[in-house]
Amino acid sequence: MLKRTTGEKVFAVFNAIGLIMLSIVFVLPVWHVAMGSISDPLKLSATSGLILWPLGDATLGGYKLVLQNNSIAISYLNTLIYVVCATAFGTGLSILAAYVMSRKDLYFKGPIVFIVTFTMIFNGGLIPTYMVVRNLGMLDTRWAMIIPASVTAYNIIIMRTSFASVPDALSEAATIDGAGHFRILAQIILPVSKSIIAVIVLFYGIQHWNSWFNASIYLTERKLFPLQLTLREIVLLSSENSIVADADGQDVEIYRPLIKYATIMVSVIPMMVIYPFVQKYFVSGVMIGSVKG
Amino acid sequence: MTNSSAAPATEKQRERAMKMKLIKRDWRINKAVYLMALPVLAYFIIFNYIPMGGILMAFQDYSIKKGILGSQWVGLLNFTNFFKSIYFGRLIRNTLLISFYGLLFSFPFPIIFALCLNEVRNKHFKKVTQTISYLPYFISVVVVVAILQDFCKAGGVLTNLAKALGDTGGALIARPEWFRTLYIGSNMWQHLGYNSIIFISALASIDQELYEAAVIDGAGRWKQTLYITLPGISSTIVVLLILRLGQIMNVGYEKTILMYGPATYETADVIASYVYRVGLVDANYSYSTAINLFNSVINFLVLFVSNLVSRKLSETSLW
Repeated sequence: MLKRTTGEKVFAVFNAIGLIMLSIVFVLPVWHVAMGSISDPLKLSATSGLILWPLGDATLGGYKLVLQNNSIAISYLNTLIYVVCATAFGTGLSILAAYVMSRKDLYFKGPIVFIVTFTMIFNGGLIPTYMVVRNLGMLDTRWAMIIPASVTAYNIIIMRTSFASVPDALSEAATIDGAGHFRILAQIILPVSKSIIAVIVLFYGIQHWNSWFNASIYLTERKLFPLQLTLREIVLLSSENSIVADADGQDVEIYRPLIKYATIMVSVIPMMVIYPFVQKYFVSGVMIGSVKG
Repeated sequence: MTNSSAAPATEKQRERAMKMKLIKRDWRINKAVYLMALPVLAYFIIFNYIPMGGILMAFQDYSIKKGILGSQWVGLLNFTNFFKSIYFGRLIRNTLLISFYGLLFSFPFPIIFALCLNEVRNKHFKKVTQTISYLPYFISVVVVVAILQDFCKAGGVLTNLAKALGDTGGALIARPEWFRTLYIGSNMWQHLGYNSIIFISALASIDQELYEAAVIDGAGRWKQTLYITLPGISSTIVVLLILRLGQIMNVGYEKTILMYGPATYETADVIASYVYRVGLVDANYSYSTAINLFNSVINFLVLFVSNLVSRKLSETSLW
């Protein structure tokens, strides 16, 4: 459209090169792990440094070991349960709260909004929160993974912003037709807010899929562990209870790096598969959040 | 005299009657709405406000058996113990340094990234680059630290790189002098794309006519960036900077406790990770809560002051 000066053309070239290099930096660590996870275990344990291509013959042996391992299978299932239940619970409560906060004629709206938003700038902290969960008898139960961290004020506010932008005329018309608030929410607000609900489901879902800390303080029983906690044991703590012990009496140390990479990949792959498709919603959610944040 | 004293009374009564009428009407119309508010209010009361009450244990010698009501009150003892503790200086220094360097390095890069991306004419290239930049955000902290350890162990990619550049100390992950660099660097890797979203959208909302007018006036791309683009996103920058400043004493524990070890405590241990260690590892509940409260109060003050300053300087503020 417009003529560019030489300086601008040079800049454009360097800019493109810089951005490509940056993209490589974003991808490279994950690529390294992915290639490591299908490498030959012998060669893998003998090398160090960046793995750009599978070492030796590409093999799925690491994945076989990981998928046969009981503690990983169980924690995978646990994570699915936690993600689905906690996201459903959190999204449900958030929808109700967002509807309440998006009403314009509510007499006690101020206090309600305050109670919700104040939780963003102040909280009881680690120990008092732990004590509440403990006193509720949730320690070492699945509830500890589903209820305590499932609702965040930030997500409610994002949703409120979106609900509030639905034209008043729609709900007024419904009121005249005799619809109550639950019907207005279910039949008017929700159908036009599908994309914001997708955003919130996504935010909660990612949060629960990736979380490990609460599990580490609320759970001691292995059969309840989510994937991230098992991952931490295998990869970061090099726990003796890990899969290496199952490797049929072979020289277990050799398998350690392979299993490490394969375990990481097993936890990362679902995210890598869905994120390119959901990032559109994700970006729009961040933007709504930033306007109000 | 009697009139003037009687008048306000009836005025007040009338006001109260009006108020009651409003509340009654509100209840009639919005009963269902209040019903909807119940679950979430209950949730926040149980998981946020009751713990806030639990902060009282900071002023006690709390024991689980006796509970908040039965435990002995010790006043500010936990706080004074913390201020006198040998770790106090180290924790404050580590927290502030990680935060400060984090702000210094990780705040400008998303802006620069957004500006560079904004200069790209090819829409497809732009889209792909942006999508790739979000990738690390979707990876869990556990995995990020796992990869970091792999890269920084003896013979790891980054350790070798440092060696090639003249470093002689061995595995980076076990060395206190590298902790901050690794912590902040991996944070930047993970959040750069995510943090740039806001700036990219702010850039997209700048009025395109301004650029056309500037071109007619003979301004090149550089001048356009300087006089249109930057002023166009400056309020976004200020708001985000305030938010970040308000977090200056708030270095999270999740990543720290995955990354550090006794060998790196010297630079790695921050207030939050100490709160975790004292509270949940050593079960010293009152002391841990006191330290956490101290931290929260400072955070709150910093946020308040930075907001105040910003309102004075730039008329941009959070509240």
